[in-house]
Amino acid sequence: MAMQTSHTPAHPHPAGGSAVTPPPVGEGRGGGVAATDAPLLEAQGLTLRYGPITALDDVGIEIFPGEVVAIVGESGSGKSTLLRVLSGLQRPEAGTVTYRAPDGGAADIHRMGEAAMRRLHRTDWGFVHQNPRDGLRMGVSAGGNIGERLMATGARHYGSIRDAATEWLRRVEIDPARIDMLPRQFSGGMQQRLQIARTLVTHPRLVFMDEPTGGLDVSVQARLLDLIRELVADLGLAVLLVTHDIAAARLLAHRLLVMRHGSVVEQGLTDRVLDDPQHEYTQLLVASVLAA
Amino acid sequence: MKTLHEAGPIPTSAPSDAPVIGPPAIHTQGLGKTFTLHLQGSTRIPVLRDVELAVAPGECVALSGPSGAGKSTLMRCLYGNYAAGEGRILLRHRGQEIDLVTADPRLVREIRRETLGYVSQFLRVIPRVPTLDIVAEPLRARGMPAEEARARAAALLARLNLPASLHSLPPATFSGGEQQRVNLARGFAPHYPVLLLDEPTASLDAANRDVVVALIAEAKAKGAAIIGIFHDAEVRDRVADRLFHVSPMQAAA
Repeated sequence: MAMQTSHTPAHPHPAGGSAVTPPPVGEGRGGGVAATDAPLLEAQGLTLRYGPITALDDVGIEIFPGEVVAIVGESGSGKSTLLRVLSGLQRPEAGTVTYRAPDGGAADIHRMGEAAMRRLHRTDWGFVHQNPRDGLRMGVSAGGNIGERLMATGARHYGSIRDAATEWLRRVEIDPARIDMLPRQFSGGMQQRLQIARTLVTHPRLVFMDEPTGGLDVSVQARLLDLIRELVADLGLAVLLVTHDIAAARLLAHRLLVMRHGSVVEQGLTDRVLDDPQHEYTQLLVASVLAA
Repeated sequence: MKTLHEAGPIPTSAPSDAPVIGPPAIHTQGLGKTFTLHLQGSTRIPVLRDVELAVAPGECVALSGPSGAGKSTLMRCLYGNYAAGEGRILLRHRGQEIDLVTADPRLVREIRRETLGYVSQFLRVIPRVPTLDIVAEPLRARGMPAEEARARAAALLARLNLPASLHSLPPATFSGGEQQRVNLARGFAPHYPVLLLDEPTASLDAANRDVVVALIAEAKAKGAAIIGIFHDAEVRDRVADRLFHVSPMQAAA
């Protein structure tokens, strides 16, 4: 029996749309999202200061269903703060973050109660942390880590939870024979893949990723990036990715925002921003990448 | 001062089976592009100015002009890979005329999925993805079932003389010519209404050049508007209906 989750996963079909846009041709890899549907997540005027330091200076952003958006910039640019504010983990001094649920209802996430926020993080949303220890329960087996999140969305049948965990271990290229091992017995790359399995098992609509390849060896990074790319395309996920790795952003993201000193200095189609950067800072960022 | 003018048609009569030439599938109005290098004292390098190019369905236009004149820059602007600084790039997409210069990134993605194809000189290899899937990917993005997409990809790769034994391998280790054929198969598989070809035959042998010439002819017969850079004069003369001259601009300090 298939695992039951409470909402429709993968490939949300845009409702409505204007006369300009006929229904999408298809919804395979790459997404068939019409250009006129409503954003899943929308933020306006986000501002946040730490003492004299402006972490966010009037930042706005929109993420649409099936869209992978990367925020790039150096340490201290405000990109991780933005991710925390967008995902409700941190409150801005000014500005709003609006999430549009599958039923079309929109909610200001900084005004919803803690219970509603926790529910959102359990069901519609996923969060992949840079450090797998922040996203995994280190004292719980690999299978338990995946199953726990399923149970949080209402799954109860032990056999089917274990089947789903086994299937997800396979999808993230971990030998299912290791299902009863603890995460600490895994390498860093495997821990990160386990965190991704734990996050995606409930088919979230929107996944936040904070430097998901950050602490890993370069050879391990490539494999992980490719795995993320495949899963995101297959599941039709919307992803908001924070990274300082330009190559990772190019591989994964449809759209790019460049942040500096708490502001978005440039944004656009990923290949346009990277191949023809307009802003001085983006030019510096792109020029600083070593070509392999 | 930069002038761009359309050279006269290549002196060959249009083939009798040429499709009816209608309104343009893509045309530019006052297209200009200047690079500003902020890291080099904000040096401004004007490359294109007042480009007026129109290509009809079923027509193939070859960009001509010396190296460094801005032919590849023009191609990249037409694909939305470079931001055009001035003017408009009007494209027929889903029955509407859309300005690519001001189109939202999500609309540009949709246009690239359905309407606008681009075969660059070099394949951007994605680690671990097999050749067959690289070619099938744009078909699947348009909603074609995986099996059908793979079958069409395999047929096209075979036609481009890429042995079936290579189809399951990622093309990272392929030769330049093999990678270019993968790139060509990926570009021709979806039958884009507008197709941009940047030196599609540069590293191909004579037999594969002939295949590419045939693919271009077939795409034209299906009504594709094609814009290409062809350094190989023989190929150019065989596929192009006319030339569009791009002449170099003086760099201004």
